[in-house]
Amino acid sequence: MDLDTLLSFRWSVMLPEFIILGVATLLSVIDLFMKKESSRKPLAWLAGAGILAALITIFMQLDIEVTSILYDTYRLDSFSKAFKILLLLGTLLVIVLSSNYKKEDLEENRGEFYYLLLAALLGAMMMASSADLITLFVGLELLSLSSYVMAGLERRNKRSNESAFKYIVSGGIATAITLFGMSYIFGLTGETNLFKIAENMGNLELLEHSFLIVFAFIITFAGLTFKIAAAPLHMWAPDVYEGAPVPVTAFLNVVSKTAGFVILLRVIIICFIAAPGIDKEPILLQVQPYVMVLAAATMIIGNVTALRQRNIKRMFAYSSIAQAGYILVPFVSNSSLIFELIWFYLLAYLFMNIGAFTVIQLLTSQEGSNDIGVFRGLFRRSPWLAVPMTFFILSLAGIPITAGFIGKFGIFMGALGLEQPQYWLAAVMMATTLVSYVYYFNIIAIMFFRDSDGTKVSIPGGMAAVLAFCAASVLILGVMPDLALDFFYGNFDVNEFFMQIETEVHTHDH
Amino acid sequence: MNTWLLSILIFSPLLGVLVLLFTPSHDEKSIKWIGILGTLFPLGTALVTLSAFNKSGDGLQLAEKFQWVSYEVFQTNGDVSYPIFYEVGVNGLSMVLILLTTIVSVLAAIASFSIKKNWKSYFILFFLLEMGMIGVFAAQNLFLFFIFFEITLIPMFFLIGRWGYLEKEKAAYSFLIYNGVGSAILLIAFVAMFMKTGTMNFEQLAYTFSLPQSELNEMNITKGFKMGMLIALLLAFAVKLPVAPLHSWMVRVHVQAPPPIVMLHSGILLKIGAYGLIVFGAGLFPDQFESLAFVIGLFGVINLLYGAFLALTQRDMKRVLAYSSVSHMGIVLIGLAALNEAGMTGAVFQVVSHGLISALLFFLVGVLYERSGSSQLKDFGGVAKRMPIFAGVLLAGGLASLGLPGMSGFISEFMAFLGLFETMPVLAAIGTLGLILTAVYVLRAVLAITFGTEKELTNAHDLSSTERIPAFILLAAILFIGIYPAWLSDMLRPTLDSILLGLGG
Repeated sequence: MDLDTLLSFRWSVMLPEFIILGVATLLSVIDLFMKKESSRKPLAWLAGAGILAALITIFMQLDIEVTSILYDTYRLDSFSKAFKILLLLGTLLVIVLSSNYKKEDLEENRGEFYYLLLAALLGAMMMASSADLITLFVGLELLSLSSYVMAGLERRNKRSNESAFKYIVSGGIATAITLFGMSYIFGLTGETNLFKIAENMGNLELLEHSFLIVFAFIITFAGLTFKIAAAPLHMWAPDVYEGAPVPVTAFLNVVSKTAGFVILLRVIIICFIAAPGIDKEPILLQVQPYVMVLAAATMIIGNVTALRQRNIKRMFAYSSIAQAGYILVPFVSNSSLIFELIWFYLLAYLFMNIGAFTVIQLLTSQEGSNDIGVFRGLFRRSPWLAVPMTFFILSLAGIPITAGFIGKFGIFMGALGLEQPQYWLAAVMMATTLVSYVYYFNIIAIMFFRDSDGTKVSIPGGMAAVLAFCAASVLILGVMPDLALDFFYGNFDVNEFFMQIETEVHTHDH
Repeated sequence: MNTWLLSILIFSPLLGVLVLLFTPSHDEKSIKWIGILGTLFPLGTALVTLSAFNKSGDGLQLAEKFQWVSYEVFQTNGDVSYPIFYEVGVNGLSMVLILLTTIVSVLAAIASFSIKKNWKSYFILFFLLEMGMIGVFAAQNLFLFFIFFEITLIPMFFLIGRWGYLEKEKAAYSFLIYNGVGSAILLIAFVAMFMKTGTMNFEQLAYTFSLPQSELNEMNITKGFKMGMLIALLLAFAVKLPVAPLHSWMVRVHVQAPPPIVMLHSGILLKIGAYGLIVFGAGLFPDQFESLAFVIGLFGVINLLYGAFLALTQRDMKRVLAYSSVSHMGIVLIGLAALNEAGMTGAVFQVVSHGLISALLFFLVGVLYERSGSSQLKDFGGVAKRMPIFAGVLLAGGLASLGLPGMSGFISEFMAFLGLFETMPVLAAIGTLGLILTAVYVLRAVLAITFGTEKELTNAHDLSSTERIPAFILLAAILFIGIYPAWLSDMLRPTLDSILLGLGG
């Protein structure tokens, strides 16, 4: 590749990524030259401004048709735009959360935290835009490595260290599994570009290959489900969530999980869409039972284990495992619904989880405990904290007039709208939702029915803004989901996802 | 045509919420008055709606329809959209039930004067509950119905768990879980129907399901699917009604919840189960409903007898009334199972009549509890001497409950059994035993309180003027329907006719 070719690419499609990269670099330099004693808090503003700028750039890119650069390894299509909005929005809210997170342990590493967060975000954005196994993997690793460090940022906190260690070990294993699966894909097709893989997969008609394809699918799928904390690779989540600082937990819970679904959709759907399975039937139909069992197991394990948790961060870890199970359900729907359903659910998921973590951060840092008892009598102490928390919990439980209900309703539509409706999967989802009522409403009961010692919780301005924004979004999306759905249909064309672009390479006559 | 009237009616309780948000929470008196005025506004709107409602008119009236949510699915054979509308409307049946809701709500708000703490949040939840109840009856599609159905769930959970008696939290949880099971089944059935037919509107669904089987096969709707849906719906509403053996949560709620909330729960919320059975069960799947009629009738008789037997052995007046509700809901099932005009009319009459009677009786028990801190039968006796008006109203309510001619209970029981004797005489004959048992347990309980040796009561003053309002209004309504049932049956006739038409009657 000579310079001319390099310059001929439309680099503007990567503008949001460049902004994030630039701000992250700037932050690391500033952090390096700042005095050791001076507070790193103002850096949050810079990081936030960078994310906001990237977000605005994405909105300005909405009209750009599907483009790809670097020989179709990097794409700007509806899919990447839609999910990048979620990633950026989630990180922006996490930044606000972190700027109000007071813990001495974190203070000395605060500067580090911001540029690591942006680096992780950059990795997630690369995952959303990549169309090549190599770039996808680089994005995944950038996100993972930054996350490992962030989980252990509270250096003197044993739990935080434990969290980082467990995360890096189990994450490494998952990466190995993913790579192993990808090596099969490469071995079968001889390509790393997703679309070329899809093309070659469709041409594989030899019977002995079909088992290898199924094998490649299952291994890759299993490895990629690590990030979304789906069973059986879910064990890391409770330990990591418990030990990591609250903003990091929120980031892992929301942004990292969204990125996990992004890469899952990219790799699985594109690579295997035309692949024949055993006896030449489409593989995506053939592996449906496997995905369904995985989804059902995730829902059951997440919800049932959450019942026994007294530690609020662990409870939310299991709750997020269960939610991952719900979001896996659309994978069996085999229609274009899958994108809007997952996108909408993740949008709702973002608001309700960041909102809930805002409240958790305020309460746990004031009381110095992670026990569920921190919610005791919250309604009488701080009604302005208890009421939004109630909305978030109702949304997580999927009660109407909240965004969570609409998301779940959509997932039901996906599960029951097939040629052969998956009644039992819908039944498992509904039954586990009922189980989740017990622990979700337990928090509500503790907030409203128990007496308290009467200490008020002070809410800093930034946190109040996040709370208000999340609560309003949860309610508005619950009453008028069309606001988000119309935005989705109006700006994003899911067909672009499958559109292969022939990169025009300028050939110069020398 | 969009008139907005019905939407205003549905969301009218929110006005009270809005005003309450700006009222200081320690100002007990203002809050209680806002509580009453806030329920009077929906009642007024309901009366305006009633005057705009054409009684003899057929079908849906005052309908409103707006595009709400749309899902687009791109498929190989073109884009298919699954639109969900906001559609409300009333027919005779829902009009009557909305009216019942708003009346009982006002009276329950008056009865809420006995609430001792946290009046502000109490009334906010109370209004949300009322909104949910009105919405359930006005909704004209499955999505909206489900949303309002669930909206009633959350305020009830709080109202029971926060303002109830000793085991309130247990009662709140069992309410939540049992009803959650019902809702879960309901949601799966609703989405399944939506995905098969592409519509959620009641009328369109009824039309689609009434198409000949050859056309339905093209839409992948088999007979088995229809039967499965009906069973799912019956199961979901059986929890709500409740049908034995799914009734334990309801008894717990009736014993533990504060009296005004029990008035609403027993008076209105249980009726959502009956309404659902009529509108979704008999309305959408008439053929399948017919084939299950015997089972439904059997469960009706079991409910009637089982509830009555248990009511006979209870020592707590609240429990007597709770089991009496179980027993009386059996009559709704009996009427529905008859599949004829008399039975159907009886079932609907029972819904309205029991709504009034149980609201009255639970109100009176609440009064008694407030005076003495007990509702055990053994703690009372000879109340008639010290509280004559109270005793009189209680006796009248009891007589209405056992179906004395001239009161609303008589009409409904008579009609329901008349219907069932026509189609299933043996079952009906067994069922009549329940009527005798009803007389026994009602009189046993009522007489034990009002007559006999006088027991010491710390605070035995008769009904105060604020307490008389709900008592007399409910009694008057019970008598009015008992003496002049034609008013009600005229309202209901077009709706019932259309359902009976579907049943082939």
